[in-house]
Amino acid sequence: MNGSFDVLIVGVGGQGTILASNVLGEACLIENKPVRAAETHGMAQRGGSVESHVRVGCEFGPLISPGTADLILAFDMLEALRASHFLKEGGLIIASLQLIVPVSVYMKKLDPPTIQSIRNALMGKDAIFIDAEECAVRAGSPLTTNMVIIGAASPLIPLSLSSLKKAVAKRVPAKTLEINDRAFEIGREEYLKAKS
Amino acid sequence: MGRKYLLGNEAIAHGCLSAGVSFVCGYPGTPSSEVIDFLRSREERDYYLEWSINEKVALENAIGASWSGLRSFCTMKHVGLNVASDPFMTLAYTGVKAGLVIMSADDPFAHSSQNEQDSRNYAKFAKVPCFDPANIQESHDMIPVAFSLSEEFELPVLFRPTTRVCHSKGDVEIGKNVSGPKKGHFERDVPRYVVVPVNTRELHKKLNHKQSSLKKRIIELGLNTSEVRGDTAVISSGVSAEYVREVLHDSVSFAKIGAYPIDEDWLRSFVEKHKRVVVIEELDHVIESRVREVACNVIINGKMDGKVPYEGEFAPNIVSSILQSCNIKVRCSYPARTPVQGLPPRPAILCAGCAHRATFYSIKRVYSNAVYPSDIGCYTLGLQLDAVDTTVCMGASITIGTGISHSTEDQNVICTIGDSTFLHSGLTGLLNAVYNDSDITVVILDNRTTAMTGHQPNPMSGCDACGQPKETISLDALSRSCGVKFVETIDPYDLMATREVLEKAKKERGVRVIIAKASCVISRRRSGGKSSRYTVDIDRCNGCGSCIRFGCPALFWIDDQAHIDNTCTGCTVCEQICPQGAIRKEAIR
Repeated sequence: MNGSFDVLIVGVGGQGTILASNVLGEACLIENKPVRAAETHGMAQRGGSVESHVRVGCEFGPLISPGTADLILAFDMLEALRASHFLKEGGLIIASLQLIVPVSVYMKKLDPPTIQSIRNALMGKDAIFIDAEECAVRAGSPLTTNMVIIGAASPLIPLSLSSLKKAVAKRVPAKTLEINDRAFEIGREEYLKAKS
Repeated sequence: MGRKYLLGNEAIAHGCLSAGVSFVCGYPGTPSSEVIDFLRSREERDYYLEWSINEKVALENAIGASWSGLRSFCTMKHVGLNVASDPFMTLAYTGVKAGLVIMSADDPFAHSSQNEQDSRNYAKFAKVPCFDPANIQESHDMIPVAFSLSEEFELPVLFRPTTRVCHSKGDVEIGKNVSGPKKGHFERDVPRYVVVPVNTRELHKKLNHKQSSLKKRIIELGLNTSEVRGDTAVISSGVSAEYVREVLHDSVSFAKIGAYPIDEDWLRSFVEKHKRVVVIEELDHVIESRVREVACNVIINGKMDGKVPYEGEFAPNIVSSILQSCNIKVRCSYPARTPVQGLPPRPAILCAGCAHRATFYSIKRVYSNAVYPSDIGCYTLGLQLDAVDTTVCMGASITIGTGISHSTEDQNVICTIGDSTFLHSGLTGLLNAVYNDSDITVVILDNRTTAMTGHQPNPMSGCDACGQPKETISLDALSRSCGVKFVETIDPYDLMATREVLEKAKKERGVRVIIAKASCVISRRRSGGKSSRYTVDIDRCNGCGSCIRFGCPALFWIDDQAHIDNTCTGCTVCEQICPQGAIRKEAIR
């Protein structure tokens, strides 16, 4: 609401959402842009729903309000749907076609959600779905799923490609940089392909 | 030192470095833990640092350091201050020598906590200054100021960030590191440091005498600021002040409270210039009470007239709608949005392969229909396995269990408590249980670390906070020295052997201790421990669901059959549970 570009990153504890938000924050620093972010630490990290708010160009508090996110990056389909009310009119969801069904669904014998049922529920929102895990495997490691998603988001975020790439280099272990770089590129291509 | 993208707690740690801190201690607790985690992970440390056994111990250590002339920083979460409140209250009387800053991190919305208490009340209660940072930069910049103020008034300073400061990130300008003295000297000062009645009466007078100059000094230091812009005003503090700044219209006056106690003259002169004042603060009405005390003929809106909630945390949209309901002009209003309803929740759960799950499974099998008092840690998540009946505060499993056992008949009581929590404050409860003939079983879930808060070492871990090797202590010997006769150690992954020990314990009377010893599965993975995954033989699986009821997140269900995903750690428990023998070690690829 104040001219910042607000990105909500959601997923399941342990999926690497914090590294993704760190890349955005670091890129802001490189461009001398103010940035505020908020993360889930502590209890929820044990396999629970997690969210990182990243506000590029923001000088106020770190939290994004419902209905105002410019971009939602979802590492899991169910989490994409759970966070979808944060999206603003004209905002975009980029979601990985991955679905971790909460174990409680099986224990309580509820109907498990499916990727298709979630896609249907997201109908009406502007959304792009990519198989980020498959892309990451192609890049060389399923652990780079977060870089695929950041790469896919890169054309939309008001930060330059070179700043984002420098930020990746700064935040990932040096020996994994090549794979992470490749994952970023594959993600970027996936977005451009989906858009065209 | 330049600009960095940092976590709030890392910025606070940098603040300590720029204040020349010489002594750092604390007990882990979300959202406070990363300050010490950052300071202990630095390669060169010119300060003493420890993870203490509990918050009371930590604060008393810090007092000793301060009285020896070293600047000391002591961290804890808000409920940790309850544990440290005994020394805290009297420390205000004795005062400090070198600066002593106590960080008590509050958790509005109880993201990772058992309550939403407001530490600012403690500062008022003890009559010590309290700093309330609104953002990361402030939280960094306030630390050296807090140390100076502590020394100037010879009082401890309570530093109270909230979750959205500690666990937010942003660009921060960090200060230059300053080295403090490594060693000091303790000088006797009996009238100050020995609080026998004759001394404490004098110290109480001195403490009260400091208050008015303290309030003035806080204004002089620019910690509380105000700007008059119109005939309505908002007063705020902490991260709420950031939300207010984001949404407030330029024609509305704004005052920001960064430190307490608030000078009444300063506050009155601001309030009196307005027709209406709205107070926006998370948790309790600490500022609002002061505002109502000084206001005459001014409409005050806040919590006390029901306009502002006491519970939970705020966000820009919440603040905007409160302000609009009070007829305060805002820059922007937010769209009304509600989350999609009916989605399966995804609460935190015990990890795949966690030994606590195996222990709970066995407890439930042997001690069915018992009372299950539990404690604070990852294993509180045993709630989802119906194996947790009570959780109040650190160490309360054994003691509440003792009370229940003395007050009921024909109900077995089996308590669960983690190793770190047991050493924090479970030990005294165990001693009491033995001394007073309680009839309980205590299972110490010994995973050799303080897992939930981020794997901080404790006396079971084999190293100290800085990674120096330490001999682990014996929980067996400790329990026996408390007078416990029945003490057994089990491997929770061995269901058969665990069951035998539990059954033996169930037949006994008195206090029985079982130590369920297995390293945290995350620690094992990090240290490179590898084990084979398990898989389901689909031809054998008859869909009975025994494994799914175990609740491991590596297990999932498709078309009435179980499957195991790649998060399996090879703990073997589901293999032991499966009545069909359908789960077995994956063939080596």
